[in-house]
Amino acid sequence: MYNFDVEKPGTIAEAAAAMGADEAQALGGGQTLIPTLKQRLASPSTLVSLRGVAEMQGITRDGDSLRIGGATTHAAVAADGSYPALSALAAHIGDPAVRNRGTIGGSLANNDPAACYPAAALASGATIVTNTREIAADDYFQGMFETALDEGEIITAVRFPIPQAAHYEKFVQPASRFALVGVFVAKFADGVRVAVTGASNEGVHRWAEAEAALSADFSAGAIDGLSVSADNLIADLHGSAAYRAHLVKVMTGRAVSAAS
Amino acid sequence: MTKVTMTVNGKAVSGDVEGRTLLSSFLREDQGLTGTHVGCDTSQCGACVVHVDGAAVKACTMLAAEADGAEVNTIEGQANADGSLNVIQQAFQDHHGLQCGFCTPGMVMSAAALLKDNPKPSEQEVRDYLEGNICRCTGYHNIVKAIMAASGQDVPAMAAE
Ligand SMILES: Cc1cc2nc3c(=O)[nH]c(=O)nc-3n(C[C@H](O)[C@H](O)[C@H](O)COP(=O)(O)OP(=O)(O)OC[C@H]3O[C@@H](n4cnc5c(N)ncnc54)[C@H](O)[C@@H]3O)c2cc1C
Ligand code: FES
Ligand code: FES
Repeated sequence: MYNFDVEKPGTIAEAAAAMGADEAQALGGGQTLIPTLKQRLASPSTLVSLRGVAEMQGITRDGDSLRIGGATTHAAVAADGSYPALSALAAHIGDPAVRNRGTIGGSLANNDPAACYPAAALASGATIVTNTREIAADDYFQGMFETALDEGEIITAVRFPIPQAAHYEKFVQPASRFALVGVFVAKFADGVRVAVTGASNEGVHRWAEAEAALSADFSAGAIDGLSVSADNLIADLHGSAAYRAHLVKVMTGRAVSAAS
Repeated sequence: MTKVTMTVNGKAVSGDVEGRTLLSSFLREDQGLTGTHVGCDTSQCGACVVHVDGAAVKACTMLAAEADGAEVNTIEGQANADGSLNVIQQAFQDHHGLQCGFCTPGMVMSAAALLKDNPKPSEQEVRDYLEGNICRCTGYHNIVKAIMAASGQDVPAMAAE
Protein backbone atom coordinates (compact mmCIF):
# COMPACT_ATOMS: atom_id res chain seq x y z
CA MET A 1 0.00 0.00 0.00
CA TYR A 2 1.07 3.55 -0.65
CA ASN A 3 0.86 5.63 2.49
CA PHE A 4 -2.01 8.01 3.29
CA ASP A 5 -3.36 10.00 6.20
CA VAL A 6 -6.47 8.91 8.07
CA GLU A 7 -9.09 11.44 9.11
CA LYS A 8 -11.80 10.50 11.57
CA PRO A 9 -14.59 13.09 11.42
CA GLY A 10 -17.44 12.94 13.93
CA THR A 11 -20.13 14.66 11.86
CA ILE A 12 -21.31 14.69 8.24
CA ALA A 13 -20.23 18.33 7.94
CA GLU A 14 -16.71 17.48 9.09
CA ALA A 15 -16.61 14.48 6.77
CA ALA A 16 -17.72 16.57 3.79
CA ALA A 17 -15.05 19.17 4.60
CA ALA A 18 -12.37 16.46 4.88
CA MET A 19 -13.47 15.03 1.50
CA GLY A 20 -12.64 18.41 -0.02
CA ALA A 21 -8.92 17.76 0.40
CA ASP A 22 -6.88 16.88 -2.66
CA GLU A 23 -7.08 13.11 -3.43
CA ALA A 24 -9.25 12.39 -0.41
CA GLN A 25 -11.35 9.21 -0.49
CA ALA A 26 -14.11 7.90 1.76
CA LEU A 27 -13.41 4.84 3.90
CA GLY A 28 -16.50 2.87 4.91
CA GLY A 29 -15.82 -0.60 6.27
CA GLY A 30 -12.73 -0.99 4.11
CA GLN A 31 -13.80 -4.47 2.97
CA THR A 32 -13.39 -3.49 -0.66
CA LEU A 33 -11.15 -0.45 -0.41
CA ILE A 34 -8.37 -1.94 1.77
CA PRO A 35 -7.82 -4.94 -0.55
CA THR A 36 -7.79 -2.44 -3.46
CA LEU A 37 -5.19 -0.30 -1.71
CA LYS A 38 -3.08 -3.39 -1.02
CA GLN A 39 -2.96 -4.00 -4.75
CA ARG A 40 -1.96 -0.38 -5.26
CA LEU A 41 -4.98 0.13 -7.51
CA ALA A 42 -5.77 3.40 -5.70
CA SER A 43 -3.50 5.99 -4.14
CA PRO A 44 -5.53 8.46 -2.07
CA SER A 45 -3.59 10.96 0.00
CA THR A 46 -6.24 10.95 2.74
CA LEU A 47 -8.82 8.40 3.80
CA VAL A 48 -11.86 9.87 5.50
CA SER A 49 -13.16 7.19 7.85
CA LEU A 50 -16.96 7.37 8.08
CA ARG A 51 -17.54 4.69 10.69
CA GLY A 52 -17.29 7.24 13.50
CA VAL A 53 -19.97 9.58 12.11
CA ALA A 54 -22.87 8.99 14.52
CA GLU A 55 -25.48 10.54 12.18
CA MET A 56 -24.60 7.88 9.58
CA GLN A 57 -25.20 4.93 11.91
CA GLY A 58 -28.33 3.00 12.64
CA ILE A 59 -31.73 2.05 11.28
CA THR A 60 -35.03 3.84 11.86
CA ARG A 61 -38.47 2.81 10.68
CA ASP A 62 -41.05 5.39 9.74
CA GLY A 63 -44.29 3.69 8.70
CA ASP A 64 -43.62 1.75 5.51
CA SER A 65 -40.19 3.26 5.03
CA LEU A 66 -36.83 2.25 6.48
CA ARG A 67 -33.92 4.67 6.79
CA ILE A 68 -30.48 3.10 7.08
CA GLY A 69 -27.47 5.27 7.88
CA GLY A 70 -24.77 5.12 5.22
CA ALA A 71 -22.17 3.76 7.65
CA THR A 72 -24.42 1.02 9.04
CA THR A 73 -22.81 -2.41 8.87
CA HIS A 74 -24.22 -5.41 7.03
CA ALA A 75 -24.39 -7.15 10.44
CA ALA A 76 -26.64 -4.40 11.84
CA VAL A 77 -29.00 -4.62 8.84
CA ALA A 78 -29.02 -8.42 9.13
CA ALA A 79 -30.04 -8.16 12.79
CA ASP A 80 -32.79 -5.56 12.21
CA GLY A 81 -35.61 -7.52 10.58
CA SER A 82 -38.01 -4.61 9.79
CA TYR A 83 -37.61 -5.38 6.07
CA PRO A 84 -37.10 -9.15 6.22
CA ALA A 85 -35.86 -9.68 2.64
CA LEU A 86 -33.28 -6.92 3.08
CA SER A 87 -32.06 -8.32 6.40
CA ALA A 88 -31.79 -11.78 4.84
CA LEU A 89 -29.74 -10.32 1.98
CA ALA A 90 -27.39 -8.58 4.42
CA ALA A 91 -27.03 -11.80 6.43
CA HIS A 92 -25.58 -13.56 3.37
CA ILE A 93 -23.03 -10.97 2.25
CA GLY A 94 -19.54 -12.45 2.45
CA ASP A 95 -18.83 -13.88 5.89
CA PRO A 96 -19.37 -12.72 9.50
CA ALA A 97 -16.13 -10.71 9.70
CA VAL A 98 -16.93 -8.89 6.43
CA ARG A 99 -20.45 -8.17 7.71
CA ASN A 100 -19.08 -6.72 10.96
CA ARG A 101 -17.10 -4.07 9.03
CA GLY A 102 -18.67 -3.58 5.59
CA THR A 103 -21.30 -0.85 5.22
CA ILE A 104 -24.32 -0.25 3.00
CA GLY A 105 -22.94 3.10 1.84
CA GLY A 106 -19.66 1.48 0.81
CA SER A 107 -21.42 -1.26 -1.10
CA LEU A 108 -23.67 1.16 -3.01
CA ALA A 109 -20.82 3.59 -3.71
CA ASN A 110 -18.69 0.79 -5.08
CA ASN A 111 -21.51 -0.69 -7.23
CA ASP A 112 -19.67 -3.93 -7.91
CA PRO A 113 -21.50 -5.71 -10.76
CA ALA A 114 -21.90 -8.79 -8.52
CA ALA A 115 -22.77 -7.02 -5.26
CA CYS A 116 -26.00 -7.71 -3.39
CA TYR A 117 -27.22 -4.33 -2.04
CA PRO A 118 -27.51 -2.68 -5.48
CA ALA A 119 -30.18 -5.28 -6.39
CA ALA A 120 -32.12 -4.51 -3.21
CA ALA A 121 -31.92 -0.74 -3.71
CA LEU A 122 -33.00 -0.92 -7.34
CA ALA A 123 -35.82 -3.46 -6.83
CA SER A 124 -37.14 -1.57 -3.80
CA GLY A 125 -37.02 1.79 -5.55
CA ALA A 126 -34.82 3.09 -2.72
CA THR A 127 -33.58 6.66 -2.39
CA ILE A 128 -29.85 7.25 -1.98
CA VAL A 129 -29.37 10.20 0.39
CA THR A 130 -26.07 12.06 0.15
CA ASN A 131 -24.60 15.06 1.91
CA THR A 132 -25.90 17.27 -0.92
CA ARG A 133 -29.05 15.65 -2.44
CA GLU A 134 -31.36 12.67 -2.82
CA ILE A 135 -31.01 10.32 -5.78
CA ALA A 136 -33.63 7.78 -6.90
CA ALA A 137 -32.15 4.29 -7.35
CA ASP A 138 -33.38 4.33 -10.97
CA ASP A 139 -31.04 7.26 -11.65
CA TYR A 140 -28.23 6.20 -9.34
CA PHE A 141 -26.79 3.01 -10.91
CA GLN A 142 -25.01 3.87 -14.15
CA GLY A 143 -23.16 0.69 -15.11
CA MET A 144 -20.40 -1.47 -13.68
CA PHE A 145 -18.72 0.42 -10.80
CA GLU A 146 -20.40 3.61 -12.09
CA THR A 147 -22.84 5.67 -10.04
CA ALA A 148 -24.39 9.13 -10.04
CA LEU A 149 -22.14 10.19 -7.14
CA ASP A 150 -20.00 13.25 -7.73
CA GLU A 151 -16.40 13.47 -6.64
CA GLY A 152 -16.29 13.75 -2.84
CA GLU A 153 -20.02 13.08 -2.39
CA ILE A 154 -20.91 10.92 0.63
CA ILE A 155 -23.84 8.50 0.97
CA THR A 156 -25.22 9.49 4.35
CA ALA A 157 -28.33 7.26 4.32
CA VAL A 158 -30.49 5.02 2.18
CA ARG A 159 -34.31 5.07 2.36
CA PHE A 160 -36.15 1.87 1.45
CA PRO A 161 -39.93 1.69 0.92
CA ILE A 162 -40.92 -1.64 2.52
CA PRO A 163 -42.75 -3.80 -0.06
CA GLN A 164 -45.76 -6.04 0.55
CA ALA A 165 -43.60 -9.05 -0.27
CA ALA A 166 -40.00 -9.44 -1.38
CA HIS A 167 -37.13 -11.90 -1.64
CA TYR A 168 -33.51 -11.95 -2.80
CA GLU A 169 -32.33 -15.16 -4.39
CA LYS A 170 -28.55 -15.41 -4.75
CA PHE A 171 -26.64 -18.06 -6.65
CA VAL A 172 -23.35 -17.86 -4.79
CA GLN A 173 -20.05 -17.82 -6.60
CA PRO A 174 -18.37 -20.14 -4.12
CA ALA A 175 -14.86 -18.66 -4.19
CA SER A 176 -15.75 -14.99 -3.74
CA ARG A 177 -19.15 -15.47 -2.06
CA PHE A 178 -20.51 -12.64 -4.22
CA ALA A 179 -23.48 -13.33 -6.48
CA LEU A 180 -22.83 -15.29 -9.67
CA VAL A 181 -26.38 -14.14 -10.35
CA GLY A 182 -28.72 -12.61 -7.79
CA VAL A 183 -32.31 -11.48 -8.29
CA PHE A 184 -34.29 -9.26 -5.95
CA VAL A 185 -38.08 -9.26 -6.43
CA ALA A 186 -40.24 -6.67 -4.64
CA LYS A 187 -44.05 -6.54 -4.83
CA PHE A 188 -45.71 -3.19 -4.11
CA ALA A 189 -49.38 -2.17 -4.28
CA ASP A 190 -48.73 -0.53 -7.66
CA GLY A 191 -46.63 -3.28 -9.25
CA VAL A 192 -43.62 -5.57 -9.04
CA ARG A 193 -39.98 -4.57 -9.48
CA VAL A 194 -37.25 -7.06 -10.40
CA ALA A 195 -33.53 -6.23 -10.19
CA VAL A 196 -30.73 -8.47 -11.40
CA THR A 197 -27.11 -8.39 -10.19
CA GLY A 198 -24.06 -10.45 -11.18
CA ALA A 199 -25.27 -11.01 -14.72
CA SER A 200 -24.65 -7.99 -16.90
CA ASN A 201 -21.66 -6.07 -18.19
CA GLU A 202 -23.87 -3.03 -17.54
CA GLY A 203 -24.08 -3.86 -13.83
CA VAL A 204 -27.29 -4.08 -11.84
CA HIS A 205 -30.46 -3.61 -13.95
CA ARG A 206 -34.20 -4.15 -13.95
CA TRP A 207 -35.90 -6.90 -15.93
CA ALA A 208 -38.89 -5.11 -17.46
CA GLU A 209 -40.63 -8.16 -19.05
CA ALA A 210 -40.61 -10.04 -15.76
CA GLU A 211 -41.94 -6.97 -13.95
CA ALA A 212 -44.88 -6.72 -16.35
CA ALA A 213 -45.67 -10.44 -16.13
CA LEU A 214 -45.38 -10.53 -12.34
CA SER A 215 -47.42 -7.35 -11.87
CA ALA A 216 -50.27 -9.13 -13.69
CA ASP A 217 -49.79 -12.47 -11.90
CA PHE A 218 -47.40 -12.73 -8.94
CA SER A 219 -46.51 -16.40 -9.30
CA ALA A 220 -43.35 -18.19 -10.43
CA GLY A 221 -45.29 -19.60 -13.42
CA ALA A 222 -45.97 -16.09 -14.75
CA ILE A 223 -42.43 -15.88 -16.18
CA ASP A 224 -42.47 -19.35 -17.79
CA GLY A 225 -42.90 -17.92 -21.28
CA LEU A 226 -40.11 -15.34 -20.97
CA SER A 227 -36.54 -15.78 -22.08
CA VAL A 228 -33.42 -13.80 -21.20
CA SER A 229 -30.99 -12.81 -23.90
CA ALA A 230 -27.31 -13.63 -23.29
CA ASP A 231 -26.26 -10.47 -25.17
CA ASN A 232 -23.90 -8.36 -23.11
CA LEU A 233 -24.05 -10.69 -20.11
CA ILE A 234 -20.88 -11.43 -18.15
CA ALA A 235 -18.91 -14.48 -19.27
CA ASP A 236 -16.00 -15.68 -17.16
CA LEU A 237 -14.51 -18.92 -15.89
CA HIS A 238 -17.36 -19.26 -13.40
CA GLY A 239 -20.11 -19.23 -16.01
CA SER A 240 -20.84 -18.39 -19.64
CA ALA A 241 -23.23 -15.64 -20.70
CA ALA A 242 -25.83 -18.27 -21.68
CA TYR A 243 -25.52 -19.91 -18.26
CA ARG A 244 -26.05 -16.57 -16.53
CA ALA A 245 -29.06 -15.84 -18.76
CA HIS A 246 -30.55 -19.16 -17.67
CA LEU A 247 -29.82 -18.39 -14.01
CA VAL A 248 -31.56 -15.00 -14.19
CA LYS A 249 -34.85 -16.71 -14.98
CA VAL A 250 -34.39 -19.54 -12.49
CA MET A 251 -33.40 -17.16 -9.67
CA THR A 252 -36.37 -14.89 -10.48
CA GLY A 253 -38.79 -17.81 -10.26
CA ARG A 254 -37.31 -18.93 -6.96
CA ALA A 255 -37.40 -15.40 -5.57
CA VAL A 256 -41.11 -15.10 -6.43
CA SER A 257 -41.89 -18.48 -4.82
CA ALA A 258 -40.01 -17.51 -1.67
CA ALA A 259 -41.27 -13.91 -1.44
CA SER A 260 -42.98 -13.04 1.81
CA MET B 1 2.94 8.87 12.16
CA THR B 2 0.07 9.06 14.61
CA LYS B 3 -0.17 7.60 18.04
CA VAL B 4 -2.79 4.94 18.70
CA THR B 5 -3.85 3.55 22.05
CA MET B 6 -5.95 0.45 22.50
CA THR B 7 -6.59 -2.36 24.93
CA VAL B 8 -5.14 -5.63 23.68
CA ASN B 9 -6.08 -8.74 25.66
CA GLY B 10 -6.93 -6.57 28.64
CA LYS B 11 -3.70 -4.58 28.59
CA ALA B 12 -3.44 -0.93 27.53
CA VAL B 13 -0.94 -0.57 24.68
CA SER B 14 0.06 2.27 22.42
CA GLY B 15 2.32 2.83 19.46
CA ASP B 16 3.07 5.09 16.52
CA VAL B 17 1.53 4.00 13.24
CA GLU B 18 1.36 5.18 9.66
CA GLY B 19 -2.04 5.71 8.07
CA ARG B 20 -1.57 2.50 6.09
CA THR B 21 -0.55 0.33 9.05
CA LEU B 22 -2.95 -2.60 9.23
CA LEU B 23 -4.24 -3.79 12.58
CA SER B 24 -2.61 -7.17 11.78
CA SER B 25 0.77 -5.47 11.26
CA PHE B 26 0.40 -3.47 14.46
CA LEU B 27 -0.38 -6.61 16.46
CA ARG B 28 2.34 -8.75 14.90
CA GLU B 29 5.16 -6.30 14.35
CA ASP B 30 4.65 -3.64 17.03
CA GLN B 31 3.19 -5.77 19.76
CA GLY B 32 4.98 -9.04 18.91
CA LEU B 33 1.65 -10.88 18.97
CA THR B 34 2.38 -13.20 16.06
CA GLY B 35 -0.48 -15.57 16.85
CA THR B 36 -2.68 -13.50 14.51
CA HIS B 37 -1.71 -15.06 11.19
CA VAL B 38 -1.74 -13.44 7.77
CA GLY B 39 -2.57 -16.02 5.14
CA CYS B 40 -3.66 -13.97 2.15
CA ASP B 41 -3.59 -10.48 0.80
CA THR B 42 -7.16 -10.52 -0.37
CA SER B 43 -9.32 -10.50 2.81
CA GLN B 44 -10.48 -14.03 2.12
CA CYS B 45 -8.76 -16.56 4.38
CA GLY B 46 -9.73 -15.48 7.91
CA ALA B 47 -6.42 -16.55 9.51
CA CYS B 48 -6.18 -13.02 10.92
CA VAL B 49 -9.57 -12.88 12.69
CA VAL B 50 -9.48 -10.99 15.99
CA HIS B 51 -12.22 -9.38 18.06
CA VAL B 52 -12.57 -5.59 18.03
CA ASP B 53 -15.06 -4.32 20.61
CA GLY B 54 -16.46 -7.85 20.74
CA ALA B 55 -16.98 -8.35 17.00
CA ALA B 56 -14.98 -10.75 14.81
CA VAL B 57 -13.08 -8.82 12.15
CA LYS B 58 -10.25 -9.51 9.73
CA ALA B 59 -7.26 -7.71 11.25
CA CYS B 60 -5.66 -7.54 7.79
CA THR B 61 -8.64 -5.52 6.51
CA MET B 62 -8.80 -2.84 9.16
CA LEU B 63 -6.39 0.02 9.78
CA ALA B 64 -4.62 0.25 13.11
CA ALA B 65 -5.76 3.89 13.22
CA GLU B 66 -9.37 2.69 13.12
CA ALA B 67 -8.78 0.56 16.22
CA ASP B 68 -7.65 3.57 18.24
CA GLY B 69 -9.51 3.43 21.56
CA ALA B 70 -10.90 -0.04 20.88
CA GLU B 71 -10.79 -3.21 22.87
CA VAL B 72 -8.96 -5.87 20.87
CA ASN B 73 -8.74 -9.56 21.70
CA THR B 74 -6.38 -11.96 19.95
CA ILE B 75 -5.58 -15.65 20.18
CA GLU B 76 -2.91 -14.85 22.78
CA GLY B 77 -5.64 -13.76 25.20
CA GLN B 78 -7.75 -16.89 24.84
CA ALA B 79 -6.12 -19.28 27.34
CA ASN B 80 -7.50 -19.57 30.87
CA ALA B 81 -5.95 -17.43 33.60
CA ASP B 82 -3.75 -20.34 34.73
CA GLY B 83 -2.36 -20.76 31.22
CA SER B 84 -4.32 -23.90 30.38
CA LEU B 85 -6.19 -24.11 27.08
CA ASN B 86 -9.72 -22.70 27.14
CA VAL B 87 -12.71 -24.84 26.25
CA ILE B 88 -12.54 -24.11 22.52
CA GLN B 89 -8.77 -24.58 22.28
CA GLN B 90 -8.96 -27.83 24.26
CA ALA B 91 -11.74 -29.09 21.99
CA PHE B 92 -9.59 -28.39 18.91
CA GLN B 93 -6.84 -30.51 20.49
CA ASP B 94 -9.20 -33.29 21.58
CA HIS B 95 -10.93 -33.53 18.19
CA HIS B 96 -7.84 -33.08 16.06
CA GLY B 97 -9.23 -29.80 14.72
CA LEU B 98 -5.87 -28.73 13.33
CA GLN B 99 -3.09 -30.17 11.26
CA CYS B 100 -0.53 -27.52 10.28
CA GLY B 101 -2.25 -25.06 12.59
CA PHE B 102 -1.93 -22.04 10.34
CA CYS B 103 -5.67 -21.34 10.18
CA THR B 104 -6.27 -22.23 13.83
CA PRO B 105 -5.98 -18.79 15.47
CA GLY B 106 -8.64 -17.43 13.12
CA MET B 107 -10.79 -20.55 13.54
CA VAL B 108 -10.66 -20.29 17.34
CA MET B 109 -11.44 -16.56 17.29
CA SER B 110 -14.36 -17.08 14.89
CA ALA B 111 -15.63 -19.96 17.01
CA ALA B 112 -15.44 -17.80 20.14
CA ALA B 113 -17.45 -15.05 18.42
CA LEU B 114 -20.06 -17.57 17.26
CA LEU B 115 -20.49 -19.21 20.65
CA LYS B 116 -20.81 -15.85 22.38
CA ASP B 117 -23.86 -15.00 20.21
CA ASN B 118 -25.17 -18.51 19.73
CA PRO B 119 -24.08 -20.86 22.56
CA LYS B 120 -25.70 -23.98 21.03
CA PRO B 121 -25.31 -23.68 17.26
CA SER B 122 -26.44 -26.41 14.89
CA GLU B 123 -23.83 -28.08 12.72
CA GLN B 124 -25.07 -26.02 9.76
CA GLU B 125 -24.78 -22.78 11.73
CA VAL B 126 -21.17 -23.64 12.60
CA ARG B 127 -20.39 -24.31 8.93
CA ASP B 128 -22.10 -21.09 7.82
CA TYR B 129 -20.25 -19.04 10.41
CA LEU B 130 -16.89 -20.39 9.24
CA GLU B 131 -17.54 -19.35 5.65
CA GLY B 132 -14.73 -16.79 5.83
CA ASN B 133 -12.19 -19.10 7.48
CA ILE B 134 -10.24 -21.22 5.05
CA CYS B 135 -8.35 -24.37 6.05
CA ARG B 136 -6.15 -26.19 3.56
CA CYS B 137 -5.52 -29.23 5.76
CA THR B 138 -8.36 -30.63 7.78
CA GLY B 139 -11.30 -30.69 5.40
CA TYR B 140 -13.24 -28.86 8.13
CA HIS B 141 -15.01 -31.87 9.67
CA ASN B 142 -12.82 -31.98 12.77
CA ILE B 143 -13.02 -28.22 13.19
CA VAL B 144 -16.82 -28.42 13.17
CA LYS B 145 -16.68 -31.33 15.61
CA ALA B 146 -14.41 -29.36 17.93
CA ILE B 147 -16.76 -26.38 17.96
CA MET B 148 -19.81 -28.56 18.55
CA ALA B 149 -17.96 -30.22 21.43
CA ALA B 150 -16.86 -26.86 22.84
CA SER B 151 -20.52 -25.82 22.93
CA GLY B 152 -21.27 -28.85 25.10
CA GLN B 153 -23.22 -30.66 22.39
CA ASP B 154 -22.87 -34.15 21.00
CA VAL B 155 -20.30 -34.30 18.27
CA PRO B 156 -22.23 -35.03 15.07
CA ALA B 157 -21.53 -38.02 12.92
CA MET B 158 -20.23 -36.40 9.76
CA ALA B 159 -21.77 -37.20 6.43
CA ALA B 160 -18.39 -37.97 4.88
CA GLU B 161 -17.60 -40.68 7.41
C1 LIG C 1 -14.42 -11.94 1.39
C2 LIG C 1 -15.43 -10.92 0.95
C3 LIG C 1 -16.67 -11.33 0.52
C4 LIG C 1 -17.64 -10.42 0.11
N1 LIG C 1 -18.85 -10.87 -0.32
C5 LIG C 1 -19.78 -9.99 -0.74
C6 LIG C 1 -21.06 -10.43 -1.18
O1 LIG C 1 -21.39 -11.62 -1.13
N2 LIG C 1 -21.94 -9.50 -1.62
C7 LIG C 1 -21.65 -8.17 -1.63
O2 LIG C 1 -22.49 -7.39 -2.01
N3 LIG C 1 -20.47 -7.72 -1.21
C8 LIG C 1 -19.52 -8.60 -0.77
N4 LIG C 1 -18.31 -8.13 -0.33
C9 LIG C 1 -18.06 -6.67 -0.36
C10 LIG C 1 -18.51 -6.06 0.95
O3 LIG C 1 -19.91 -6.07 1.04
C11 LIG C 1 -18.00 -4.64 1.13
O4 LIG C 1 -18.17 -4.36 2.48
C12 LIG C 1 -18.69 -3.57 0.34
O5 LIG C 1 -18.75 -3.82 -1.02
C13 LIG C 1 -17.97 -2.24 0.50
O6 LIG C 1 -18.39 -1.65 1.66
P1 LIG C 1 -17.36 -1.02 2.68
O7 LIG C 1 -18.15 -0.30 3.69
O8 LIG C 1 -16.44 -2.06 3.15
O9 LIG C 1 -16.66 0.07 1.77
P2 LIG C 1 -15.13 0.45 1.52
O10 LIG C 1 -14.36 -0.75 1.14
O11 LIG C 1 -14.63 1.24 2.67
O12 LIG C 1 -15.30 1.43 0.29
C14 LIG C 1 -15.69 0.98 -1.01
C15 LIG C 1 -15.82 2.20 -1.92
O13 LIG C 1 -16.91 3.02 -1.54
C16 LIG C 1 -16.48 4.33 -1.15
N5 LIG C 1 -17.31 4.67 0.02
C17 LIG C 1 -17.39 3.98 1.18
N6 LIG C 1 -18.37 4.48 1.97
C18 LIG C 1 -18.92 5.51 1.29
C19 LIG C 1 -19.98 6.43 1.56
N7 LIG C 1 -20.71 6.36 2.69
N8 LIG C 1 -20.27 7.38 0.64
C20 LIG C 1 -19.57 7.45 -0.52
N9 LIG C 1 -18.57 6.60 -0.85
C21 LIG C 1 -18.24 5.65 0.04
C22 LIG C 1 -15.01 4.21 -0.90
O14 LIG C 1 -14.34 5.42 -1.15
C23 LIG C 1 -14.62 3.12 -1.89
O15 LIG C 1 -14.47 3.66 -3.18
C24 LIG C 1 -17.33 -9.03 0.11
C25 LIG C 1 -16.07 -8.59 0.54
C26 LIG C 1 -15.13 -9.52 0.97
C27 LIG C 1 -13.79 -9.03 1.45
S1 FES D 1 -4.94 -12.61 6.19
FE1 FES D 1 -6.76 -11.58 6.70
S2 FES D 1 -8.22 -12.60 5.53
FE2 FES D 1 -6.39 -13.60 4.93
S1 FES E 1 -4.78 -26.80 9.80
FE1 FES E 1 -3.54 -26.27 8.15
S2 FES E 1 -4.69 -24.67 7.24
FE2 FES E 1 -6.03 -25.41 8.73
